[in-house]
Amino acid sequence: MSGNILTLRNVETYYGPILAIKGISLDVPAGRIVTVLGANGAGKTTILKTLCGAMDPQKGKISFLGKEIQKTDPDKVARMGIAHVPEGREVFPLLTVQENLMMGAYGRKDKQGIKNDLDLVYTYFPILKERIKQKAGYLSGGQQQMLVLGRALMSRPRLMLLDEPSLGLSPLFVQDIFEIIRRLNQEQQMTMLLVEQNANMALKHGDYGYVLENGRIVMEDTCQNLMASEDIREFYMGIKDEGVRGKRRWKKRKTWR
Amino acid sequence: MGHPFPFSYEILLPGLPIFWHTFYLFGSRSEFTIFAPDNGRSRLELLQVLITGLGQGCLYGLIALGFVLIYKATEIVNFAQGDLLMMGAFFGVTFIGIMKLPFGLGLLTTLLAMAVFGYLLDKLIIRSMIGESQFSVIILTISIGFILRSVAGGIWGNDLLALETPYSGEMANIYGLMISQEYLVVIAGTIVLSLALFLFFRHSSLGIAMQAASQNQLAAYYMGIPVKRVFSLIWAISALVSGVAGTLMAPISLVSPEMGFIGIKAFAAAVIGGFGSLPGALIGGLIIGCSEQLAGSYLPPGFQKVTAYLIMFLVLTLRPQGLFTQIQQKKV
Repeated sequence: MSGNILTLRNVETYYGPILAIKGISLDVPAGRIVTVLGANGAGKTTILKTLCGAMDPQKGKISFLGKEIQKTDPDKVARMGIAHVPEGREVFPLLTVQENLMMGAYGRKDKQGIKNDLDLVYTYFPILKERIKQKAGYLSGGQQQMLVLGRALMSRPRLMLLDEPSLGLSPLFVQDIFEIIRRLNQEQQMTMLLVEQNANMALKHGDYGYVLENGRIVMEDTCQNLMASEDIREFYMGIKDEGVRGKRRWKKRKTWR
Repeated sequence: MGHPFPFSYEILLPGLPIFWHTFYLFGSRSEFTIFAPDNGRSRLELLQVLITGLGQGCLYGLIALGFVLIYKATEIVNFAQGDLLMMGAFFGVTFIGIMKLPFGLGLLTTLLAMAVFGYLLDKLIIRSMIGESQFSVIILTISIGFILRSVAGGIWGNDLLALETPYSGEMANIYGLMISQEYLVVIAGTIVLSLALFLFFRHSSLGIAMQAASQNQLAAYYMGIPVKRVFSLIWAISALVSGVAGTLMAPISLVSPEMGFIGIKAFAAAVIGGFGSLPGALIGGLIIGCSEQLAGSYLPPGFQKVTAYLIMFLVLTLRPQGLFTQIQQKKV
């Protein structure tokens, strides 16, 4: 399958009086992992919220599978096939693990398909199977993140929006999570839009990347090229290629502001 | 936000007698007749009082259930809950008493009408206030109560109406206990309804979605749960429960536009239960119902009217979160 399943064109969104994203255009090709990098407050989460309908854009077009979806209610967007995994592990704390997962399949009618997907989720996240009856609020942070990912899978989405899946997790768990994201992409041909601060991990696992700063896209390239770029290495990965005198020349220093 | 105190003048009215009686209680020892079980008859009497209390408590519990359902899901305290009960009673009178439908069919029609009424109330009026401050929403529900009362007065008149049922006026004799069947029907109805609600919330997909929407609204949206419709359905259920309470209460006390003030005692029941727990609301209702009846028969007159508030006061002082609360903390 080829072609873009999601395109944004000149999308502008206000956060109250603040213009949080200032004309963003990006494409998500089918079967790929697209990452959006950026510092705190760059507007990453706002992009996802605008996409899934939790916030309405002031201007611009968002089209998903050929349909314009801006200003649609979030529950309708979800039923169209976009699964949003919000940051901060938003589980339903008093429901059991299984009930949480079944909520992901809310609105689906094919019982056999749901059952298959449940088994699929348990093969990806065996730890969840051990805790079927446990309340989600009592899971550890990493397990909650897995639960949220699994819950999103249960809706059999065409596109997953991942908002900082590594936030607040131990480095080992971060590795696990990204491993699973990669596997989902390869084995299930899942298309993903991944928003991350952990540039190293995101670039390692993504296919194409956008760099966001102050609500604008300032760079875009394949993840391999981004990884090699000096600025990305310095600003997002903290790796300095030092010059002869131990300092970068001021002329080579770059700001986008 | 804590629990708003019910703005009601009814709570002020019984205030005077209680001072008088406290004075009287300690003034003359002959009035001091709390618990005097002398003979075998009094134990029977106690049982009888308790069962009446349970019946009354079930009514409070059902209304409290309505309060809690709406509060848990939408964080709105619906002060028109008692007036929904009043509407339910009037619907019951209309369908069963005036249109002469058979009791079962009439009850079903009443419940259906109440569910539609609750759904539309949320969809057309309450939903437009989403995002406004808590205070204006509370004022809105209070004013809905006023409107319902005067509309009911306009349609059905302000006179007292009675609802004749197949079982009203009959006394059941259980091992020498004389209990009016109305109360037995109330207790049975409450048990059936709570079981149905329990099964619905535990096992049906919609019920679990309702819990999900009340625990994490945004995540529920992201899962494709139509949260707005789910909230309207919760209003429908809440109105339906009030409708059951109203229809069951109609044969016991007469139906009038003012009967909704019982909602204030039910509010106390919900507070006692913790305002976030459905079983808590029911048990809070039972506690109030029983202690009210006990106070009515064993304490000097006047105490019956204030027991509900005294207990609420005690619970709020000793255990402000209520007797049954689900405490939840979000992991960061």
